[in-house]
Amino acid sequence: MNDLIENGLAVQPLADEPLLDRQGRTLPLFSGFAHQTPYLKDPVAKRSRKICGTLEEAIRRSGLKDGMTISFHHAFREGDKTINTVVDLLARMGFKDLTLAPSSLLSCNAPLIEHIRNGVISRIYTSGMRGKLAEAISHGLMKHPINIHSHGGRVKLIQDGELTIDVAFLGVSTADSFGNANGISGRSRCGALGYAKVDAENAGTVILLTEEIVPFPNAPASISQDQVDFIVKVEQIGDPSKISVGAARITSNPRELLIARYAAEVMVHSGYFVQGFSLQTGSGASSTAATRFLEGHMRKAGITASFALGGITGGIVDLHKKGLIERIIDTQSFDGDAAESLRSSPGHIEVSTNEYANPGSKGTYCDQLDLVILSALEIDLAFNVNVITGSDGVMRGASGGHSDVAAAANLSIVVAPLIRSRIPTVVRRVTTVVTPGECVGVLVTDHGIAVNPNRPEIAERLTAAGLPVMTIGELQQRAESITGEPRPIEFLDKVVGIIRYRDGSVIDVVRQVKD
Amino acid sequence: MKLRRSMLFLPGANAAMLSTAFVYKPDSIMFDLEDAVSLREKDSARLLVFQALQLPVYREIETVVRINPLNTPFGHADLEAAVRAGVDVVRLPKTDCAEDVELLEREVERIERACGREVGSTRLMAAIESASGVINAVSIAKASPRLIGIALAGFDYVMDMQTERGDGTELFYARCAVLHAARAAKIDAFDVVWSDLNDEAGFLKEVDLIKRLGFNGKSLINPRQIELLHNAYAPTEEEVEYAGRVVAAAAEGERKGLGVVSLNGKMIDGPVIDHARRVLQRAEASGTRK
Repeated sequence: MNDLIENGLAVQPLADEPLLDRQGRTLPLFSGFAHQTPYLKDPVAKRSRKICGTLEEAIRRSGLKDGMTISFHHAFREGDKTINTVVDLLARMGFKDLTLAPSSLLSCNAPLIEHIRNGVISRIYTSGMRGKLAEAISHGLMKHPINIHSHGGRVKLIQDGELTIDVAFLGVSTADSFGNANGISGRSRCGALGYAKVDAENAGTVILLTEEIVPFPNAPASISQDQVDFIVKVEQIGDPSKISVGAARITSNPRELLIARYAAEVMVHSGYFVQGFSLQTGSGASSTAATRFLEGHMRKAGITASFALGGITGGIVDLHKKGLIERIIDTQSFDGDAAESLRSSPGHIEVSTNEYANPGSKGTYCDQLDLVILSALEIDLAFNVNVITGSDGVMRGASGGHSDVAAAANLSIVVAPLIRSRIPTVVRRVTTVVTPGECVGVLVTDHGIAVNPNRPEIAERLTAAGLPVMTIGELQQRAESITGEPRPIEFLDKVVGIIRYRDGSVIDVVRQVKD
Repeated sequence: MKLRRSMLFLPGANAAMLSTAFVYKPDSIMFDLEDAVSLREKDSARLLVFQALQLPVYREIETVVRINPLNTPFGHADLEAAVRAGVDVVRLPKTDCAEDVELLEREVERIERACGREVGSTRLMAAIESASGVINAVSIAKASPRLIGIALAGFDYVMDMQTERGDGTELFYARCAVLHAARAAKIDAFDVVWSDLNDEAGFLKEVDLIKRLGFNGKSLINPRQIELLHNAYAPTEEEVEYAGRVVAAAAEGERKGLGVVSLNGKMIDGPVIDHARRVLQRAEASGTRK
């Protein structure tokens, strides 16, 4: 063999005729061990080639150009520091016309308003929005309508090629020099990286922003070295103490506790409350509290759950620790307890939002779910649910996993107060449809429980259990009798938001509200 | 025999609470126009309560209005509004003597006649909040056939006694005095509010005490306390089972025309049967104790 190689190159010619592959293309001749991996010739570069001294360097090396799509995860919720920092820098570097595709946006992202005005960001794909940013967009800030997708639907849009992520900027608490990263070690721990895992797998270029570069190999690797292009060390990626601010919170409100108690009773008498059942309780105040009430019922009946899914809270972790929930399938950790449990419990498993809820996946966890508790800003006589627009027509919520899990679970239970400070929640027609009523089994309010007529067996079971079952029409009338009929919201013609169902289809639009 | 374990206080000026509080299903709801309403909101609270009392949803629950004392600038207007709106019970605060109740009764009757409400249909209760009130509890409790009960109000009482709330020793005499007066007059007796919402264990300890003393129930300041109170007052499964047998034996005895009935060799008389009925009523309302 040795006489065929001179100075590290193949001696020409090796054969009389060019050598071809199966498709008839000429096979390249060997041109040195590092021909395609030049860094292997430099022992230092070999190991440090992904590390960038500054975020600006990482952006330059990523090849990001005007008009491209950038993505982020929102596991830090209101404590996120990555999105604003990166977009600020992109603005200073002169980028224009970018599509912003984070897994979601929150109130803390208000600084983006300026970057939309000055043309840095021209389009947005997100699960939701809150605060000043949402208000500005609802009032017509953007030229192009934003696309609101579900968590599972986002992955579908990516896989179907509509949403192509050019550069993903992913904040992690620790990464090694090759990019093995997680959110359960280091200082600012957000727990599960369910959203980030999707972006790491699908983005053209992946830049990790890490608070700490730890010795190789970092484990567990929620994001793998195989997926990562560049790594930048930053001061702080997010403030974990602000994760549970906003939607995810624990309540002492008597009305929310009353709803939670009813919701737990509905689960118990639904017919699905049997040994090995599965549940998702989400982040709303009442649904989180329902978990607490469920514990007593589970002990009394002597049954345990096989798994709890979704956004995970300390309440679920508590039942897991007590042996009442065998496994936790976690795509987003809603508080420190959940993040710590993911780190320490072998039964607490991190999954991507693809595995969680993408209808295009070969198997999602939500397809295996028995019972889910979901919240609602509005629900109408056809059980359609709005989790996006408020009573003033302004976007102030998130699609999240709502329509994903409602579609897949055996029974979805929506919890909401009948009236929120003089605004009825149960209405004739929701302002915006996010989840179609055909997927909603039961509505639990503080005034009573309504069962979708398409689930007569559930109505029968709940009535037999002595629960206050009413028709949704009666609840709507009750609400209206207390609040009066609300004046309709005035909208302009301009569409400011397109609501995408989890399969990518358009289920509704949001129009600009009249000032 | 009306069940009155829980009487939920609602600040009269809080419209959101007035419109939905019935969902917590206390035995009685008390709209407060007195101490929970600031001076500048007295008029608006009175109007709100007047409207709330007429909501159809409040027809299925006992309503109580705590008026301001009749010697204040608000008392008479409060009373007019409450009686005319059809309230079930008017609660008089700071009742020191029987004359306070008698004056209230005369006023109520005058308003009933003026607005065409059936005379006597407005029931009364008196809150005892001072040393004088406790001393006069017996005459207060017997002052009017409209009285459904008397209540001890702890905060003003301990101030009057120059002490403060503690482990209950400071209320012991007043509790016993009010309770005996109520029982002698064959009306209900209500215990003081528990104000530390986050101390559930303390609340339950106090509930256990007043239940054993014999109080019908307690005034409550937060809906969260209702479930706890009702559960504490709920009988055990054994108690329900025994009460069921007592009532059945009594019915059997009545059918056979027996004067005295016995169960498992023990004599069952009127008071035992009454007690058994109360046990079954509480179980009917809130199930057995969890």
